[in-house]
Amino acid sequence: MEDMLFYDRLQFAFTISFHYLFPVLTMGLSLIIVYFKWKYLRTKEEKYNKIAKFWMRIFGVNFAIGVVTGIPMEFQFGTNWAKFSEMTGGVIGQTLAMEGVLSFFLESSFIGIFLFGEKLVGQKVHFLSAILVFLGTWLSGLFIMATNAWMQHPVGFTTLENGNFVLSGFSELFTNPWLVPAYLHNQTAAVVTASFVVTAVGAFYLLNKQHQEYGKIFVKTGVIFGLISSVIVAFPTGDWNAKNVVKYQPITFAAMEGVFETQSTDGEIVLIGQPNMKTMSLDNKLAVPGVLSFLTYRNFDTEIKGLNEYPKKDWPTNVPGLYYAYHIMVGLGTLFIGLFFIAIILLWRKKLYQTKWVLWSLLILSPFSYVTNITGWYVAELGRQPWLVYGLLPTSAGGSPTVSSGNTLFTLLGFVGLYFLLGLLFLILVGKIIFKGPETQK
Amino acid sequence: MELFWYIALITMLTIYVILDGYDFGAGIIYLFFAKKEKDKKAIMNAIGPFWDANEVWLVAGGGVLFFTFPKLYAAAFSGFYLPLIMILWLIILRAIGIELRAQIDNKLWHIIWDKTFGVASLLLALFFGIALGNIVRGVNLGGVVDGVSAYEPHYFFLPLWNPSFSPHAETLGVIDWFTLLLGLIGVISLTIHGAGWIIFKTNSDLNARLKRLIFRLNIVLLVLSLFSLLVWGSIVPNPFGNFINHPLLFIFPLLTAVGIAGLFKIQGFKKDWNGFLFSTLFLIGGLVSTVVAIFPKFLPSTNKINPSLTLHNTSAGHYGLSVGMSWFIFGIILVIGYLIFQYRVFSGKLDDIGYSEKH
Ligand code: HDD
Ligand code: HEM
Ligand code: HEM
Repeated sequence: MEDMLFYDRLQFAFTISFHYLFPVLTMGLSLIIVYFKWKYLRTKEEKYNKIAKFWMRIFGVNFAIGVVTGIPMEFQFGTNWAKFSEMTGGVIGQTLAMEGVLSFFLESSFIGIFLFGEKLVGQKVHFLSAILVFLGTWLSGLFIMATNAWMQHPVGFTTLENGNFVLSGFSELFTNPWLVPAYLHNQTAAVVTASFVVTAVGAFYLLNKQHQEYGKIFVKTGVIFGLISSVIVAFPTGDWNAKNVVKYQPITFAAMEGVFETQSTDGEIVLIGQPNMKTMSLDNKLAVPGVLSFLTYRNFDTEIKGLNEYPKKDWPTNVPGLYYAYHIMVGLGTLFIGLFFIAIILLWRKKLYQTKWVLWSLLILSPFSYVTNITGWYVAELGRQPWLVYGLLPTSAGGSPTVSSGNTLFTLLGFVGLYFLLGLLFLILVGKIIFKGPETQK
Repeated sequence: MELFWYIALITMLTIYVILDGYDFGAGIIYLFFAKKEKDKKAIMNAIGPFWDANEVWLVAGGGVLFFTFPKLYAAAFSGFYLPLIMILWLIILRAIGIELRAQIDNKLWHIIWDKTFGVASLLLALFFGIALGNIVRGVNLGGVVDGVSAYEPHYFFLPLWNPSFSPHAETLGVIDWFTLLLGLIGVISLTIHGAGWIIFKTNSDLNARLKRLIFRLNIVLLVLSLFSLLVWGSIVPNPFGNFINHPLLFIFPLLTAVGIAGLFKIQGFKKDWNGFLFSTLFLIGGLVSTVVAIFPKFLPSTNKINPSLTLHNTSAGHYGLSVGMSWFIFGIILVIGYLIFQYRVFSGKLDDIGYSEKH
C-alpha cells in the first residue's frame, strides 16, 4: 500500500507541477495582453496591436499545452485517488464541475475568436474577447483554488455515517477564510511571472540589439507590472497567507520555518540553515531575532510553537522539503522586489535601457519566477501532509483500491516521456516566435 | 433530482460525441485521404477554431460526473485505469499534432504531426466505441472470484484484454470481440460524420470523393449495426425491456434508422449540411438507445453478488445536487450563447480563414 501510494503521489506531483507551469503564464499574460490591446485602441498606434498579437501567439502555444496537461489532472482524481474522489466528490466535485461549466467553456470559445477572429469580428469585439479570455482564466483559477482551499481547510460539509462528506453550505465554499488570501496571492504571483516573461523578452531584444523599439516597451511595461505585483505578492497577500497557516495549520508553520523547539519570547527568523532531522535542529543557522513573531503575530513577544509540541505522527511528512520550499519562495520573492525596485528607479532616471547588468539580471531571474510558483505550491501541498483533507482524511486512505503500483509506475513513466516531449516542443516554438519578433505580425 | 443529472450527463456526453466526433472523423479522413497540402489546410481550417471548445464537453462532463455521481466516477475511473490514461495520452498527442503542425514550415515536421494527428484520431474513435461496449457489457464489480469479493462491492479493475477476447469469460478485459465491434462502429460512424463536416465547412476538392466514401462506408455501418443488434441479446439480458415499457423511447432507435437511411442519399443532396445532419441523427440515436437500454444502470455488474451501479446508488448528497442545478442551468445557457456566437463568427466555408498564416 505504501509503495503504491508513493507512485501515485509522485505522478500527481509531477503532472500538476508541469501543468501549472502553463496556466501561471496564461493567467498573468492574459492581463497584460488586455492592457496592450487597450493601449492600441486608445492610441491607435499599430505597434501596440502588433505587440498584442505577438503575445497572443505565445499565449496560444502556452494555452494549448496548459489545456492538454490539464485534462489529465481532471481525470487523475478518479484514476489514482478513487477513494478520495468517492468520499469528497459531493463537496469538491461541485467546484470542479463549476470550473468546467462556467470557465473552461468561456475560455475555449473566446480563445478561438481571440486567436483567429480578429478580421472577422472587428477591433471592439476582439478587445472584448481578450477581456473574456482573461476573465475565464481567472475564474478557472478561482474554482481550482476554492477546491484546494477546501482540502486545506474544510468548511460547509457534513460527514455521513459511511465516512463520506456531503455539502451542507454552498456559499461557505467561497467564503472559506483560506480561499481569499490564497487566491489573491496566487493570482498576483501569476502576474509576477508574466511580468518577468515580458521583461525578459524585452531585455533580450535590447541586449541582442534586435527589435529595440519593442524591447523598450516590453521592459518598461514588464517592470511596472512586475514591481506592483511582486510587492502585493509579499504584502499583504503572502503575509496574510502565512497568518492563515499559523491559525489553521500551526504544525505546518513550525515546519515551514524550521522551528523545532518552541521559542518563548523573540521568535527569530531564519535566513539560512539546513534542517537536520536526526538532531532535530538547524545546521549552520543564520537568524535575525524577533522578526518572525513580529511578522506573524504583529507583536514582539508571543510564543512560537515548535514541532516538539506535537506528536511526531502529525508532522508534515517532509519537513526539510517544506522548509526549503518556503525559504526559496520567500527568498526569491524578496529578491524580485529589490530588482524591480532598482529597475523602476533607473526607468525613472531614463537609464534603464542602457544599464546592462540590470537587464541581464532581469533576463536571468525570469525562469526563477516559475521556481517560486512551484515551490509555493510545494509549501501548500507538502504542508498539508499527512492529510489529503486537512484533519479529516489521511493521504494513506485516499488511493485507488484496485490500481496496482506496477500500473501507476507505467503511467508515470509514460507521462514523464510525453511531457518531456511537450516541454521541448514548447521551448522550440516559443523560441522561434521570440526570435522572429513582433514586427512581422500581420 | 438524480434523473435530472442523469439526463444532463447523457446530454453532455452526446454533445461531446457529436462535436468532438466530427473532428476525430476529420482526423481519420485527413490520415487516409488528404494528400495535397491544400486539402490538408482546408481540413485543418474546418476544425481549427472549434476542436478546443469541443473537447471542453469532455472535461466539463467529467467534472459533472465527479460532482453528481462520485461513487461511479471513482469506481469507473480507477477500474478502467489503463485505457483512460491511454485516452489521455492520445488526446494530448492529437492536440499537439493540430496545434504545432503549422508552426514550422518543414516537410518532415509536417509528416510527423500529420501522422500523429491522424492516428490519434483513429485510435480515439476506436477507444470511445470500445468504452461504450464496456458499459453495455458490464464488469465484475467487487472483483468476485469463487463467490467472494476482492474489493469493496463497487470497485473493480480491468486489464486491457484477456487471452480469449470473449465478453463471457470469467475475467473480462477492456477489449473483447463485442467491445471491438462497437469500436469499429465508432470508427466508421465518426469517419462518416467527419466527412460530412468537411463537406459542410469547406470547398475542398475532396468533397465529391468524400460523398462516395460516405455512401460506401454507410453500407458497412448498416451491416455492422444490424449485426450488433443481433448479438446484443447475448450480452444484455432483456435488451429491449425499457423500450417496451416506455414506447416513446423508440424514437431513439428510429433516429438511428433515419440517420442511416438519409446518408444513403448523400450524393443527391443539394445542401452541404445534409450529410452532417444525418450522421448527427445516427450518433444521437445510437448513443442514447444504447445507454437507455441499460437504464437505470450506469455500469451493470456481471456477477450475482454485487449490485450494478445505478443512478440511485452512486449519487452525491441531495443538497449539493440541488444547489448545483441553479449554476448549472445558468452555465449551460451561457455556453449555448457562446456556441451560437462562435459558430456565427466562423460560419460558412473556412478554407481560407487565414488560420494557418497566423500560426
Ligand atoms: C511568484 C511567486 C511567489 C512569490 C514571490 C511568493 N509566493 Fe507565496 N505562494 C505562491 C507564489 C509566490 C503560490 C504558487 O501562488 C502559492 C501556492 C499556493 C498558494 O495559494 O499560492 C504560494 C503559497 C504561499 C504560502 C502557503 C500557503 C499554504 O500553506 O497553503 C505562504 C505562507 C506564502 N505563499 C507566503 C509568501 C510570502 C510571505 C512571500 C514573500 C515574499 C511569498 N509567499 C512570495
Ligand atoms: C500548481 C499547483 C500544485 C502543485 C505544484 C501541487 C503539488 C503537489 C505535490 C508536490 C503533491 C504531493 C504531496 C505529497 O504527497 O507529499 C500534491 C498532492 C496532491 N495535490 Fe497538489 N499541487 C497543486 C495544486 C493542487 C490543487 C489545485 C489541488 C486540488 C484541487 C491539488 C490536489 C492534490 C491531491 C489530491 C494530491 C494527492 C494527495 C497527496 O499526496 O496529498 N493540488 N500536489
Ligand atoms: C488538481 C488540480 C487541477 C486540475 C484538475 C486542473 C484541470 C484543468 C483542465 C482540465 C484544464 C483544461 C481546460 C480546457 O480544456 O480548456 C486546465 C487548464 C487551466 N488550469 Fe488547471 N487544473 C489544476 C490545477 C490548476 C491550478 C493550480 C491552476 C491555477 C490556479 C489552474 C489554472 C488553469 C487555467 C487558468 C487553465 C486554462 C488553460 C491554461 O491556462 O493553459 N489549474 N486545468
